[in-house]
Amino acid sequence: MIFSIVVQASPVQNQGAETALRFARAVLAAGHSIHRIFFYRDGVQNGSALSCTPQDELNIPQQWQALAKQHQLDLVVCIAAAVRRGVINEQEATRYKREQWNLNDAFELSGLGQLVEACIQSDRVVTFGGRS
Amino acid sequence: MSTDGILVLTRSAPYGSSAARDALDVALTCSVFEQPVTLLFLDDGVFQLLKEQSPSAIAQKNLNAVQQSLPLYDIERLCVGRSSLEQRGLSGAELILPVELIDDADLPALLAQHRHVLSI
Amino acid sequence: MVLHTLNQAPANAACMASALAAMTAQDTLLLIEDGVYWTLPTFASQLANIPGSVVALAPDLQARGLTSDAIESVDDAGFVALCVSHDKVVSWF
Repeated sequence: MIFSIVVQASPVQNQGAETALRFARAVLAAGHSIHRIFFYRDGVQNGSALSCTPQDELNIPQQWQALAKQHQLDLVVCIAAAVRRGVINEQEATRYKREQWNLNDAFELSGLGQLVEACIQSDRVVTFGGRS
Repeated sequence: MSTDGILVLTRSAPYGSSAARDALDVALTCSVFEQPVTLLFLDDGVFQLLKEQSPSAIAQKNLNAVQQSLPLYDIERLCVGRSSLEQRGLSGAELILPVELIDDADLPALLAQHRHVLSI
Repeated sequence: MVLHTLNQAPANAACMASALAAMTAQDTLLLIEDGVYWTLPTFASQLANIPGSVVALAPDLQARGLTSDAIESVDDAGFVALCVSHDKVVSWF
């Protein structure tokens, strides 16, 4: 079965991102495929390469990166939500005349159309929210 | 029963968080990509549809303006939970657009009519 | 058949009320994250007569020091299996 996952929770302030990560691993372990993981709202913070956590805590953005590498996952960060929150890649840094960028290279910035396309292509779409 | 398209479920009041705007953006994108889309307003989400919003003093864009463009985008259905309205002392007459009032008993059927439900 | 997930603690009773209003006898409600506090006996009794079945996510119960007697628990693999055995998933948060 083809799954897509929508993550709206930030990796630090809510549990939702960690729940989504565990769910993604369980989906793959059960032999299903993941068409896309789409990060929206504060979930775009999962795409930051600059998230630093104490050594005895899980770095969720790095975990996404590792999972994506292992399973060739399509991790898409909503571009409109991300640029507002300062999660940008080199191309957006140029566009907005910023000197730094921070998007983890396992993630891609793209539009909400990628969420809609994920709905079209997937048998199940599972959303993990924060609150508000 | 046909199960087509996407139901966008929005349960948050406008302005206090970006959830209302973010849900609307998803619905508009569904429409741009020619996916049948229904917006379902439940709980505090019904406040999004109140008339005469004027958020310029809090530096936000007026949601009413976007809502009035929804018919142009072929957003097929705008559904509002009747009990959510009634619990807040509101009626359909106070809303910016004509909507379909959904009784609690009809919510399961509404969910069943869509292939996916996106809660924002 | 719909799988409903709910991640809100009992203080957010409106979230639960809306989820329950949308449920049928064929549906399943999966309590996740702070939603697992609904398994405490004083709250679980309110869920005894709802349409459909209720389950709770085991890692979230364990994390919070809860043991669910009244409500069945599933692990992450069980969560995925519920997604497969239901037509769609609706998240309440």
